[in-house]
Amino acid sequence: MELVWLAIVAVMIAVYVVMDGFDIGAGILSCLLAKEDKEKRQILQSIGPVWDGNEVWLLAGGGVLYFAFPALYASGFSGFYLPLMIVLWLLILRGISIELRGHVDSPLWKPFWDNVFGGASILLAIFFGAALGNVVRGVPLESSGFFFLPLWTDFGFGPHGLSSPEGGFLDWYTILVGVLALLTLTLHGAKWLIFKTAGSLQEKCLRIEGKLWIGVVLMVVIVTLATFSIQPQVMNNFKSAPWGFIFPLLAVAGLAGMLVFRKAHQELKGFLASALYIVGMLTGAAFGIFPYVLPSSTNPELALTVYSAKAADYGLWVGFLWWVPGMILVTIYFVYTYRMFSGKVEVE
Amino acid sequence: MEDALILHRIQFAFTLTFHYVFVQLSMGLALLIFIMKTLAIRTGNRHYNDAARFWIRILAVSFIVGVVTGIPMEFQFGTNWAKFSRAVGGVIGQTLAMEGVFAFFLESTFIGLLLWGEKLLGPRGHWIASMMVFLGTWLSGYFIIQANAWMLHPVGYIKQPDGSLALDSYWSLLLNPWGFWQYLHNQLGAAVTGSLVVAGIGAFYLILRRHEEFARTFIRLGVTVGLIAGILLLFPTGDMQGRNIARYQPVTLAAMEGLFETTEGAPLAILGQPDVEKQRLDNPLILPKLLSFITYQRWDAEIRGLNAFPKEDWPDNIPLLYYSFRIMVGLGTIFILLLGIAAIRLRNGKLFESTPLLWTLGLLIPFPFIANTAGWITVELGRQPWLVYGLIRTSEGASPYVSSGNTMFTLLGFMGIYTVLAILFLFLVYREIADGPHAVPESQSQRGASKAY
Repeated sequence: MELVWLAIVAVMIAVYVVMDGFDIGAGILSCLLAKEDKEKRQILQSIGPVWDGNEVWLLAGGGVLYFAFPALYASGFSGFYLPLMIVLWLLILRGISIELRGHVDSPLWKPFWDNVFGGASILLAIFFGAALGNVVRGVPLESSGFFFLPLWTDFGFGPHGLSSPEGGFLDWYTILVGVLALLTLTLHGAKWLIFKTAGSLQEKCLRIEGKLWIGVVLMVVIVTLATFSIQPQVMNNFKSAPWGFIFPLLAVAGLAGMLVFRKAHQELKGFLASALYIVGMLTGAAFGIFPYVLPSSTNPELALTVYSAKAADYGLWVGFLWWVPGMILVTIYFVYTYRMFSGKVEVE
Repeated sequence: MEDALILHRIQFAFTLTFHYVFVQLSMGLALLIFIMKTLAIRTGNRHYNDAARFWIRILAVSFIVGVVTGIPMEFQFGTNWAKFSRAVGGVIGQTLAMEGVFAFFLESTFIGLLLWGEKLLGPRGHWIASMMVFLGTWLSGYFIIQANAWMLHPVGYIKQPDGSLALDSYWSLLLNPWGFWQYLHNQLGAAVTGSLVVAGIGAFYLILRRHEEFARTFIRLGVTVGLIAGILLLFPTGDMQGRNIARYQPVTLAAMEGLFETTEGAPLAILGQPDVEKQRLDNPLILPKLLSFITYQRWDAEIRGLNAFPKEDWPDNIPLLYYSFRIMVGLGTIFILLLGIAAIRLRNGKLFESTPLLWTLGLLIPFPFIANTAGWITVELGRQPWLVYGLIRTSEGASPYVSSGNTMFTLLGFMGIYTVLAILFLFLVYREIADGPHAVPESQSQRGASKAY
């Protein structure tokens, strides 16, 4: 049962990144690409009715993590205390910037919230990437099952290359993953805006997406190599269970799909290919560190595994019984909402 | 470690108190908006739709502040209370996860439709959206109250060999007898907040002779719903809450009432300052034997005082607990009295001309927020020194490696950001109120409730 829940948590987090990822990406592009008020409003209009629902995947995923793997939730959230708090503040600032911008028509008010929206989106992408990097690299777990990571890095190197033993949440490796996440979500956001908008904004996104794609591919190669050196478990897992290659293959198929559909001007398929790439990368990472859910950077004996972090079986069974109908309802809501607000956005 | 513990407690209390200011307003307004939309459908009178559209604009601001301050709440169980989370996550994590899956998705979907979709959905569809937002916000309240009720009165669990607790009965957790009355009591409190805000804004409009048609609707609705909810708050829900406390947390009852000595025929202290050092109530104003009667329905029943319990089980802030309880009950009683007078004047058709009563209604706006906050302080402080009553002490629940310096840093950060949020909220709501409700002509009435971005 714990394996089912591991898969559920991984999929819910992947859905979160795909869904909230495109509106974070749109926020990044609002800062970098959109120069005119009309373009900024197009971006907000394209994510306005859905961003809140997208973000609920983070809360729902967090809640599921809490009851299915309480030891992981407790250890991870308290160990990553500072970066998580900063993520919370960024989510607060980003949420209000989206909703409050339109309330006052003033040249002081709107640009201020535009910058908050863009800045928070950029930092969130980097922090989420770095968080994933930390989970793959491992953390200095103690025998109590807890740890604490400071925030900054000394930019040093350690026995595993890019990771310094004195570094905190941020080190060379996790910053690399953060940059990959930033590029990935920017590209994902561009794909969304190409699909949802028309006119000058869409043209700008079409012009930048090729460069972003090349950047993403380069970073994928670099981060993959760095991951093999920093976390030996990944290589072991792919060697001992070659069927796991399906996950990175999904990611590669997504990357290839983006190229193909771009040439054919198939906007929705291009966006979905980007989503496939993200899902492939995240599930591949979860497979790579299995059976760990939080590896130890100091002593493998102390790592949290899917077996040691799980809740008791009865709770997991009961949870499954309500989770399935719950997800059916959620699917209905999402299909309904996205159909309701389908088509290109129009801004007066 | 001692320092860190108190900072963890202050941070959780601060972020939760702030969050709940907006949540109670949103839940209360969601109910009143649903009533207005229902009246619009029932009577076919567009006036109620126009009235609802005004409050949807206020709800939009309150809802977004509630959402963004709610995200930290779920995370802080793990970040600040890691040992607690590891020990009980398998139980109360269930309710939090269900809140996410069943309530958050529902409310986030339909708040978007309520704000954006009047044109797309048509009158009936938009009415359904208002109902779903009401259901979603109140369902969210149900799950979170069940989590809290489990901490006050743990049921349906078994102890694991490693010391953590596991879920043993799903339905016991969801149908916790404590949670039933607590939920109703809490929701009625939110309904009073929404009602008094709606009535109070209506009263100010009437004093200013602006939007008078809307103002009378707001007052009528607010006074009616507020009075019904206010009475139900006292009886039966408040009464049953009190009986649960007397039965399961007798030491809390003693502390709430400032009763230091076990007494037969215990008096009810209306006022008086608890002196914990000397273990007595200074200059009390008492009603003889009343505490025994309302607790056990017998004038001579024995109520155990604080001296009947070991000191380490006493709530650790008795004065604040004692005053919060009195503020909640006192304000609740005042609401019933004033709303009762307003309702009688409303029936006589004299309320709208009575300037003193209109001023009273207007000035009441802040007080339901204070009463609800005091109620939560009562129940949370009353649970001390326990995090999970009788099972885990508060001192055993905090994150082991999060230092006081780090907690101080984040507490200051939250205080700064929330101050900005409070200013923004007041500024934007003031603008909406100054702009006021509009009667939209038929030809444009399909324009939608909210602005586009």
